[in-house]
Amino acid sequence: MAVVQTRGLTKLFAKGQVGAVVDVDLESREGEFLVLLGPSGSGKTTLLRMIAGLEEPTSGEIWIGGVLVNDLTPRQRRIAMVFQSYALYPHLTVLGNIEFPLKARRMPKEERRRKAQWAADLLGIGRLLGRKPRELSGGERQRVALARAIVREPSLFLLDEPLSNLDAKLRASAREELEQFQKKIGTTTIYVTHDQVEAMAMGDRVVVMNQGAVRQIGTPADVYDEPQDTFVAAFLGSPPMNLLEAAGVIVGFRPEHFHPSAALPADEPVLKLAFRAKHEEYLGAERILYGVLEGGPFDGEKAVARMSSTLAARFAPDVVHDFAVAKKDLKFFDREKETRTEPRALA
Amino acid sequence: MGLKNFTSVLQNPTFLRALRNSFVFTVASQILVLVGANLLALVLKNAFPGRRFARFLILLPWVAPVSIGSIGWKWILDSLYSVINWVLVRLHLVKEFSAPMWLGEPKLAMMSVILVHTWHMLPFATVIILAGWTAIPKDIPEAAAVDGAGFFRRMFQIELPMMLPIINVAVLFGVIFTFTDMTVIYILTRGGPYDTTQVLPSLAFFTGILGSDLAEGAAISIFLVPLLVAVAWLMLRSAHRAEVV
Ligand SMILES: Nc1ncnc2c1ncn2[C@@H]1O[C@H](COP(=O)(O)OP(=O)(O)O)[C@@H](O)[C@H]1O
Ligand SMILES: [Mg+2]
Repeated sequence: MAVVQTRGLTKLFAKGQVGAVVDVDLESREGEFLVLLGPSGSGKTTLLRMIAGLEEPTSGEIWIGGVLVNDLTPRQRRIAMVFQSYALYPHLTVLGNIEFPLKARRMPKEERRRKAQWAADLLGIGRLLGRKPRELSGGERQRVALARAIVREPSLFLLDEPLSNLDAKLRASAREELEQFQKKIGTTTIYVTHDQVEAMAMGDRVVVMNQGAVRQIGTPADVYDEPQDTFVAAFLGSPPMNLLEAAGVIVGFRPEHFHPSAALPADEPVLKLAFRAKHEEYLGAERILYGVLEGGPFDGEKAVARMSSTLAARFAPDVVHDFAVAKKDLKFFDREKETRTEPRALA
Repeated sequence: MGLKNFTSVLQNPTFLRALRNSFVFTVASQILVLVGANLLALVLKNAFPGRRFARFLILLPWVAPVSIGSIGWKWILDSLYSVINWVLVRLHLVKEFSAPMWLGEPKLAMMSVILVHTWHMLPFATVIILAGWTAIPKDIPEAAAVDGAGFFRRMFQIELPMMLPIINVAVLFGVIFTFTDMTVIYILTRGGPYDTTQVLPSLAFFTGILGSDLAEGAAISIFLVPLLVAVAWLMLRSAHRAEVV
């Protein structure tokens, strides 16, 4: 087991350009499932590749298990990586693929077979050992890639969007399985994804990245409930947090905290808002209501409310309804720096 | 032309020697081409200052007509004015009057035509192998590196096996082209000395066209057909069996 630490890690692909990864300080914990979450192009893959030794940092340090690894080759870092494309060796069988890392370590043939069998059985692909990668389905390929990664019992696991090539249904079950699997083997894992549902579901902690920089690190609940800046607030949640400007601050509240006044307890301190409904989306388990705020501090701004479909109330379009947000659910952000600030009274 | 043409051809020691020479010439030059092209492709696939110029230089022999290139080589290897010998003499590596006759001694002559033909074939093979290398998705050798494979294991267990079908095609073309070509030999040695560099195509040409024995010349060239068919069949079969991706 090993922890990974980066110090001021930066990657510039071309001089004078903004960095693909900018000054990243990160520290994983023993056996942790750490998720790198960010939109496409935010530098997640580049960060992962630097840790693996496939990309040379422009500046900064990488430590794995207490050793500075900047000058070590990928081979010397002794980590395992699952690529987004799986990168299976097309000319080798499944067995050949799984055995390859052991062969590279010059493990004797018998032991190699035993280990490969163990890894294959663990992932339920024992009967596929004789097949070539092109004879496998997407889900089976992903398992082969995982088996190839765990077979040498690495101290660190890097996964780059391993589920993004699977169809939606398979993805949900694979996510669950992968999570169980990681708990079982207990290997420190860094997992890259742009899918917030995956990040929230799987991560012990989530690292939210944007434009190469880390915006926030915390448990899924931390980053969702206490976003440190407007980017994190807007990136997480679907639909995202309502961010409205008033009295020199940005005020945020999640759509699920924006209720009809009647639904809130009478003794709860609330901010009352007049909400003109525009249109509603029915999503089965829940309803999303889009509209415009009228009067008060946010006159004319758009807002979104999200409520359970079991709520009986109906909201006729183009009618003003009484809505409210509990004061404790309001988040305040500095208007210039877009970072969290103290709550304050709204006019 | 009849059966007797074939029997007379088969009994002719010059023919048998040409047949053997054809094999030596083809196999030796193709091995050299294969190794050389892989080494060149290995160098050229990485970015380095001057790579464009290096690629241009290597492609040159392919773009230039073989005849012109071979005439240049004839001058370089010529018994009287050999540039190589001039350099060797100046470096005191050989004595002025016992300098090697590159095209005049059987072994040296064969070596010379093989090397010049290799020089001519190299660019095409390099380009094909370079294309094969470029076609390998970058993350596969990267995965191998993370899996702990060093340079040679990556090359011999991952990259070259993945390129096998393409290498097969390069070799197939190379063999067929070499087996039927006589340009280099015609210009450098005309099959000499004493037919020691004579190959089937040049022998057919000298017998059939210059020697005016068209029937016998045709009989000689017909021997090329089954050999070429066999080679093509072998190569296609192995390409099929490799079945990569
Ligand atoms: N090899 C490269 N050369 C130049 N720019 C690159 C290279 N790889 C990535 N980038 C750039 O770096 C940024 C981050 O990319 P990447 O790490 O792939 O993001 P992500 O994985 O979060 O989608 C992007 O703007 C991308 O265009
Ligand atoms: Mg990526």
